[in-house]
Amino acid sequence: MSTHPDALLKVDSVHKFYGDHHVLRGVSLEVQEQTVSCLLGPSGSGKSTLLRCINHLETLDAGRITMGGETIAYEARDGLMHERPRRAVDRQRQDIGMVFQHFNLFPHFTVLENITLAPNLLKRHSKAKSRQLAESLLEKVGLADKRDAYPSSLSGGQKQRVAIARALAMEPRVMLFDEPTSALDPELVGEVLKVMKDLAAGGMTMIVVTHEMAFAREVADVVVVMDSGVILESGTPDGVFTDPEHERTRDFLRHVR
Amino acid sequence: MRTVSLAEREQTLSQAADRIAAKKHPGRILLAVAAACVVTWGALSMWFNPALDHETIYKYLTAESIRAGVMNTIVLAVISMVLGTVGGFIVAVMRLSSNPVLRAIGFSYVALVRSIPLLVLILFTGNLALFWSRVDIVNPFNGDIWHSWDMNDLVTPFIASILALSFNEAAYMGEIIRSGLRSVDQGQREAATALGLGPWHTMRKVILPQAMRVILPPTGSQFVTMIKMTSLVSVIAGGDLLTASQNIAATNLRTLELLVIASAWYLLVTGIATVGQTLLERRLERGQRKVSV
Ligand SMILES: Nc1ncnc2c1ncn2[C@@H]1O[C@H](COP(=O)(O)OP(=O)(O)O)[C@@H](O)[C@H]1O
Ligand SMILES: [Mg+2]
Repeated sequence: MSTHPDALLKVDSVHKFYGDHHVLRGVSLEVQEQTVSCLLGPSGSGKSTLLRCINHLETLDAGRITMGGETIAYEARDGLMHERPRRAVDRQRQDIGMVFQHFNLFPHFTVLENITLAPNLLKRHSKAKSRQLAESLLEKVGLADKRDAYPSSLSGGQKQRVAIARALAMEPRVMLFDEPTSALDPELVGEVLKVMKDLAAGGMTMIVVTHEMAFAREVADVVVVMDSGVILESGTPDGVFTDPEHERTRDFLRHVR
Repeated sequence: MRTVSLAEREQTLSQAADRIAAKKHPGRILLAVAAACVVTWGALSMWFNPALDHETIYKYLTAESIRAGVMNTIVLAVISMVLGTVGGFIVAVMRLSSNPVLRAIGFSYVALVRSIPLLVLILFTGNLALFWSRVDIVNPFNGDIWHSWDMNDLVTPFIASILALSFNEAAYMGEIIRSGLRSVDQGQREAATALGLGPWHTMRKVILPQAMRVILPPTGSQFVTMIKMTSLVSVIAGGDLLTASQNIAATNLRTLELLVIASAWYLLVTGIATVGQTLLERRLERGQRKVSV
């Protein structure tokens, strides 16, 4: 991997253990601004854990993750990495949007309230402005008519599109997607992928864990293959898909196709 | 599926072949009649018992001290319930904390309070003066006493009653609130956290409103129970309804009549609370259908 000086997000030699289970074994990764990185790999290889480490839903055991040159959730002091105060971490999280496999919409709020909740509470904009922004985001994901609906009345694909709008409402610098279409009925996958493609075309920096190979091939600038806690290889979709370096990658690609 | 009116249903069925006969439940009617007889007999034999003086009941049913006792019982129950709920929330958050010390404190509190009978707890708080007769605020530098209170002035029987009832309630509400908070999917907290919301916003705007569905119904029955439990504070003359009626009984020796009066009032107050609770639960259920999954 070539080191680019202006990578937006850098994951540097990250280790993560769950008890005696070594889940991330020195993972390093660079994500350039305005690119889409697709993270592939068999189940249990640590993809979700890596994403969750990036916005500090999980603590690290070693290594560091930086965004725009600032270390996320930790600061170096006396030769060790010390966790930042909760407030500082929350501030950093505002710049990192996350979309979950199971949507995790707030069921007691309407679609519009789901989207404006965080911007309002965190005083990102005036209430009127964040409402305006929410409505334009709903327009963008094709759900302007659902603004007053409750999540329970939406289909899975609609829920996920609302979840994407909700994350975008904080105007993050990077968006993390953890298998955003894996919980959807097959006929609903397309509408979510379309929104993600539009987002990518609009220049959003994205890291996408997915099993949708066609999406990775079409949209990704970089494809990263993970296996049992390490990055096997990464490169352009063409390179990785047509001429993988590793036997393990070849195995994996054969299985998902 | 098609929704039909009752008339349509009758119409359809009357034309159908092999109609199914309505199931007969002769046992039920018999049981209902028997139960009604027993209850009526019991009530009548109590009411017309020669030992019961109706005049006394009419005379004291709405006596001023009884009405004051009813008010005190309601105030005691409401204040203790509010304090107990706030305390219970703190206990619940402690028990769910990632901090093992807080968890242990919360757990021990619940275990301790649940294993001491409320009556004993009330006798303790009612006799605090035996532990500490005075409360002093002392200047820590030279030992001067800035202010000093007599414990009996500070903790009146009414305050002692509130203390005991709240401490007791906090343990039970703690368990109810804890199970409510745990009922909310972990993904909700993660989604809020990922948006950059802090723990307070996450709790107040995301977790608690969803936990309410689980918390509110048992809280309603806790309140009804609380109204009845306030009667225990009569052992320290807590000023509640039972205290008031026993005070009268002590002078006119009409124990039975005053118990009937107290029961009538308890029935009324808990009855109103139960109706309120039922309405609340219905509303919750309706809301749930609108919002569910
Ligand atoms: N909270 C956790 N506690 C213990 N083990 C976990 C936890 N989360 C994930 N793991 C384990 O870590 C490994 C990687 O999991 P994950 O990152 O979810 O993989 P992927 O998303 O690639 O399927 C798996 O073996 C999983 O069982
Ligand atoms: Mg995963």
